[in-house]
Amino acid sequence: MKQDIPGTIMFDGTQAQKGLALNRMCFSFNSAENRAAFLKDEDAYCAKFGLTEEQRAAVKSRNVLRMIESGGNVYYLAKLAGIFGLNVQDIGAQQTNTSVDEFKAKLAAAGR
Amino acid sequence: MARIIGGVATTHVPSIGKAIAEKKQNDPYWKPFFKGFDYVHYWLAREKPDVAVVFYNDHGLNFFLDKLPTFAVGAASEYRNEDEGWGIPVSRAIAGDPALSWHLINALVGDEFDITMCQDMLVDHAVTIPMALMYPGEKWSLKIVPVSINTVQHPLPSMARCLKLGRSIGRAIENYQQDLRVMMVATGGLSHQLDGKRAGFINKDFDKLCMDKIVNEPEVLARYSIHDWVEEAGAQGVEFLNWMAMRGALTGEVSELHRNYHIPISNTAAATVVLENRAEAKRRAA
Repeated sequence: MKQDIPGTIMFDGTQAQKGLALNRMCFSFNSAENRAAFLKDEDAYCAKFGLTEEQRAAVKSRNVLRMIESGGNVYYLAKLAGIFGLNVQDIGAQQTNTSVDEFKAKLAAAGR
Repeated sequence: MARIIGGVATTHVPSIGKAIAEKKQNDPYWKPFFKGFDYVHYWLAREKPDVAVVFYNDHGLNFFLDKLPTFAVGAASEYRNEDEGWGIPVSRAIAGDPALSWHLINALVGDEFDITMCQDMLVDHAVTIPMALMYPGEKWSLKIVPVSINTVQHPLPSMARCLKLGRSIGRAIENYQQDLRVMMVATGGLSHQLDGKRAGFINKDFDKLCMDKIVNEPEVLARYSIHDWVEEAGAQGVEFLNWMAMRGALTGEVSELHRNYHIPISNTAAATVVLENRAEAKRRAA
């Protein structure tokens, strides 16, 4: 049995099954109309896609690690993050519990 | 007869699309990446490819996770881009070459690759950004055959499998009766991880190994399992599957003509590589 990779949840069949509703909602954000509908009434929009309680709480609290634990895939979650004007450095900082500047500095340091 | 001239591999980070739209190519942050394309432009102007086979991964534009092909080959006369939901401008469309697409589809299925064939196919930033990088501000006369590889939902195809897929495509092109100059394009990578507490992971040493070995020892890289690849290159570093397929499609020996490597672009170790088919270079020299 392979050892788990620390800080990494493989997006496999278990996660894909768990995350289908959440990822389907995020997939819908390819449409500007749907993004506007989400912003207008977030509760109603999430209810329409049948998010689990765990997923709804994760979205409500804008907590990316919890979204991933509840089956979210980062490419789809990025579409949700985009609604709030957040990019992958912003969500990287949140997940690693650092400031965005610290996260960017860590990326730059990897090049040295 | 069709000839394979070589290949271009490049990172496809979405924010590059924004940087192009906002004309930030000469900003200190972006310049080390964009200047890596000067040679690519010179090479493309010299080689004048007619068509590119583009190995890429879809990020939730044409495919969703409910019905996700491991390998999908486009067979459309035109490939459109649409709103991807992350705020990058929608790209213009790219022309297809359905006759070549069907030739490749027939050859792949004949070689026991049970691919999905797509007569309608939207292409996302993983295709349009490399096009915009290779042909900035021009009319795109290059036609494409997009080949989408699942790098998103595990189980993913192996590195070895993608190398074989590329080889099947390379052989098929060498047997294609049309007089075409064909280029291979791989998009994505190198090391990066967007998700989890390990977000921001980058591995410069492993990336260098990949760029060295992809030239004429891809078999060394083909031995890695996907699990080991995630460990070495990060969760999204598996986009290197596209590079493996591209290398397979460059059937013989190749030479590295150009390499640019820069950390970071967004959360990613950005790489641009040009590989030339040695047989084609000899033919040109003769």
